[in-house]
Amino acid sequence: MKVVNQLLLEFKSISENVAFARVSVAAFASQLDFTINDLEEIKVAVSEAVANAIIHGYEGSDGGLVRVHVLLTDSAMEIIVEDTGKGIQDIKKALEPSFSTDPERMGLGFVFMQSFMDNLHVESAPGNGTRVKMSKAPSTKMSAAQAGH
Amino acid sequence: MELDLEYQNDNLLVRVSGEIDISVVDSLRQSLDRAIQEHKVAHMVINLQRVSFIDSSGLGVILGRYKRLLAAGGHVSLVGMQPHVKRVLEISGLLRIMKEYSSEAEAVAKVG
Repeated sequence: MKVVNQLLLEFKSISENVAFARVSVAAFASQLDFTINDLEEIKVAVSEAVANAIIHGYEGSDGGLVRVHVLLTDSAMEIIVEDTGKGIQDIKKALEPSFSTDPERMGLGFVFMQSFMDNLHVESAPGNGTRVKMSKAPSTKMSAAQAGH
Repeated sequence: MELDLEYQNDNLLVRVSGEIDISVVDSLRQSLDRAIQEHKVAHMVINLQRVSFIDSSGLGVILGRYKRLLAAGGHVSLVGMQPHVKRVLEISGLLRIMKEYSSEAEAVAKVG
């Protein structure tokens, strides 16, 4: 699939930037035929991925950088959220619902990313950061494709 | 995010507006815990009508207050969720343990 547009954001690992990231990505995504509901779901997925990078990757420290790369093809969007923080010990376990190291958190970040995006792929190694890659096609186009048009 | 708190006997009506994410959850958690503590709140009605965004960090605050009130025999009820906010709560499973009402008055009447 040919990339028709792309966006690269890099920002400090502070919680104020979570809203900036999700709103920017959703605004960029609106170049495709996403519904308002799709865009709301994309916002949640981006919020979770960026919050994970800040809270878990950098353990709340503001000394890290979070990088968000968005690629648009004519029919879908791919979002890559990367940090160079502490990484995930056990990715399989981290993807399970209600896995959280903090009792006030619900451990649902990856559940929302999986529920709201079409694909989710997580690469990580302890000490080597985390790379979350997720993609989504507009619901309308998916419905048309499923209907055989 | 803005927060409006109203006390009716041992009920606390919580009206939140704006976006709930990790940048505001610490302040939200502290405000609610202080209100519960200082006013001996048994039942909390959270009105989400003006909430335009919530993620798992915001759900964590709601769940934490639910556990706290439940342990003391109280409840948390929800009112006025916009469809995309409701979807997030549905996926999280919170709507299986908390009741949703069509208005604050109904929520207070049912459990207050």
